[in-house]
Amino acid sequence: MRPRPHQVLEVKIETADVTTIVVAPIDAEPPLVARAGQFNMLWMFGIGEVPISVSRIRRDGALVHTIRAVGVVTSALAGLDAGGVVGVRGPFGTGWDVDSAAGRDLVVVGGGIGLAPLRPVVEHVLANRGDYGRVSVLVGARTPKDIVFGEDIDQWQHSDLGVDVQVTVDVAGAEWPGHVGVVTDLIASAHFEPARTIAFVCGPEAMMRFATRALQELAVPLERIRLSAERNMQCAIAQCGHCQLGDVFVCRDGPVLAAARLLPLLAVRGR
Amino acid sequence: MSERGMHDLLGEHPFFAGMPSEYLELLAGCARNEVFRAGALIGREGDPAERFYVVRSGRVAVGIHVPQHEPLVIATLGPGDVLGWSWLFAPHAWRFDAVATHETHAIGLDGLCLRAKCDADPALGYEVVQRFARILVQRLEATRVQLADLYGKADAR
Amino acid sequence: MTFGPCCDVAWGIHRDVTLSDGALLIDRRGLETLFQALGSQGYTVIAPTVRDGAIVYDEVDGIEELPAGVTDIQQPGSYRLSTRDDGALFGYAVGPHSWKKYLFRSEAVVFRARLDAERGFVPSEAGEPAATRYAFVGVRACEVAAIEVQDRVFLEGSHRERDYESRRDGAFVIAVQCGEPGGTCFCVSMHTGPRAESGFDLALTELVDAQLHEFVVEVGSARGGAIMASVPSRPAQSRDLGAARAVSDRAASRMGRTMESDGLPQRLAELLEHPQWDDVASRCLSCTNCTLVCPTCFCSSVEDTTDLTGTEAIRTRRWDSCFTLDHSYIHGGSVRASTRDQYRQWLTHKLSTWVDQFGTSGCVGCGRCITWCPVGIDLTAEVAALLAPAD
Repeated sequence: MRPRPHQVLEVKIETADVTTIVVAPIDAEPPLVARAGQFNMLWMFGIGEVPISVSRIRRDGALVHTIRAVGVVTSALAGLDAGGVVGVRGPFGTGWDVDSAAGRDLVVVGGGIGLAPLRPVVEHVLANRGDYGRVSVLVGARTPKDIVFGEDIDQWQHSDLGVDVQVTVDVAGAEWPGHVGVVTDLIASAHFEPARTIAFVCGPEAMMRFATRALQELAVPLERIRLSAERNMQCAIAQCGHCQLGDVFVCRDGPVLAAARLLPLLAVRGR
Repeated sequence: MSERGMHDLLGEHPFFAGMPSEYLELLAGCARNEVFRAGALIGREGDPAERFYVVRSGRVAVGIHVPQHEPLVIATLGPGDVLGWSWLFAPHAWRFDAVATHETHAIGLDGLCLRAKCDADPALGYEVVQRFARILVQRLEATRVQLADLYGKADAR
Repeated sequence: MTFGPCCDVAWGIHRDVTLSDGALLIDRRGLETLFQALGSQGYTVIAPTVRDGAIVYDEVDGIEELPAGVTDIQQPGSYRLSTRDDGALFGYAVGPHSWKKYLFRSEAVVFRARLDAERGFVPSEAGEPAATRYAFVGVRACEVAAIEVQDRVFLEGSHRERDYESRRDGAFVIAVQCGEPGGTCFCVSMHTGPRAESGFDLALTELVDAQLHEFVVEVGSARGGAIMASVPSRPAQSRDLGAARAVSDRAASRMGRTMESDGLPQRLAELLEHPQWDDVASRCLSCTNCTLVCPTCFCSSVEDTTDLTGTEAIRTRRWDSCFTLDHSYIHGGSVRASTRDQYRQWLTHKLSTWVDQFGTSGCVGCGRCITWCPVGIDLTAEVAALLAPAD
């Protein structure tokens, strides 16, 4: 599995440590086509490779990835300029399966950088609004400065398509007009009919557990809550062994898994 | 507003959901409707906490004043939430600042009046304290999650 | 005709060959001729040989390099060579090496890429093509099973591992039916041996006593049959077959270890919080020996480097072990941070979740992890402790 060379078309600084890059293939092969929730392995020449989910689905074949700089490779990716080169393998893993939510109420819960793999879901829903019932997009971040996709969130809030978009932060200055509190608080006050709801949740593992519990308390069945698992993914094709979580290869069987499947695995600590 | 109207208003608020009607009636006697304009200070750290509020609409920011630092908002409260529990315990003083960030409609309940009724009727007191305890536990849990700083830089934890 | 324990198809062993189907008999000279025939057909012959006080697998020029009259004495944390007076060439169990080192190499270049002004970078064709075709001589039943286990990992998923595939496709497998199980062997418990029933081109059973030194040869493939055409042999008689059967039966009855394997995957899955994990963690050194000697362990990690000019990037794949902190690292720390977590991952993967993932156990009962554990942790004993009824 060799990476294909891609060129950076655009760079957008989202927050102090989050950057979005848009890349397109340099070679003559057909572009890679990813679904919402899937990831690609992004390779920095001679430095290393990391799994990054797609944060927007484009029709022109360009790939959009939003990267939080937390290590050597992600920092190198975040430091790319337009014209820079990145290797791409993919796409890998399961997606959110947005079509399965058609006809239902949809609750999208994104915490921190966890909103990145969910943005394509929201954009798909907005483009096909009639296919869905009530739609809530609940966003959590550390502080107002850490909110990714602020402009998109603003657009979603002000679209006339009837999507309930709520943002909360853990702590804020007095100038912040929005919610302060945990993202689970937003779940309690969102409007959806639990019996006909599908929920997509992505964020830090503990946040996903709390969010799932809040959804469960409102009687959303575990089978219809989907989470995105994070483990050490290196080969992305279930051969290197690192991303195992019980019997699951997160790279192949995930990252998106039903809460009914993932939570029992996460319940065993140190697994 | 008539006591009947206040009785119903209280009964509609999630905080009092399922509370027996006779208790609502007792509570209504201590309650009044209040409106805070955006920016209005509802309570200030250290000030006497004479009442608590069940929020009907709008938003209230609960914050801490930190010297040489802009005010820090640690929670916001909205429709369905309850603001203030300092009325329940001595020394009955606000522990945080509470500011309406949007025009806020709330029902204010007089702490002195309520304590007297609770003292006179321990069953009512238990009912009220139980409801507050549940809210306190929820806030505590939320605070713990916030403390965990889940979104923060991993190496800063 | 059946030998040893019955084999469950779910464990990846199929009985295709019965000992009476056209089995041949050769003597030592015949074996020598077979080695030469393999060499003349372009195979590099790899066989057991003594080196540094152990029987290892390495390239040999002839049967004189085999460990004649050598045996091994294996116990938890202990491996010693000894002599045997019958001059047997295969009178020992498995050593620290497994055939994995030739098929799934401990280090391999995954790809190289060169910076290119117009195309960004140009990756080379994948890996280094396997120029060598190996003939593996002396592959034990447990090792045939182990190779088939790794086949499932590298060849039967959505992506075929090309380096492994090219090596595996070329390999000529000459099994040896075990006559001398080691003190840590338990292939009978894992239903992988001591007789290899398939998965080989040829299978030898060594018959050795004061009078004779011969090998019953079972033919497991067309190319196995073809190469035997150039080796002097005679059809095996029922007396020879009986003797070969006795070798396997005797081996089956002398296993050094047993492991409870009935329902083991499900039962282990229920024991993830058992106090025994803490107990074993207090002894385990996280040294990774067990994973490196295991013939089925397949974890690897990659490293990206560049040459000094920075114009060529090289991705190298190396064996990795679930006993390292890096194995489960995600930003912020390791998921499996303690020895308890790591040992539990290794053992439950091997014996439980492997079955969910690949339809076969990850353990073939070869006993290497027991022998080569520096503190003598015995997974059969750990499993017994886990399964023991609570006091």
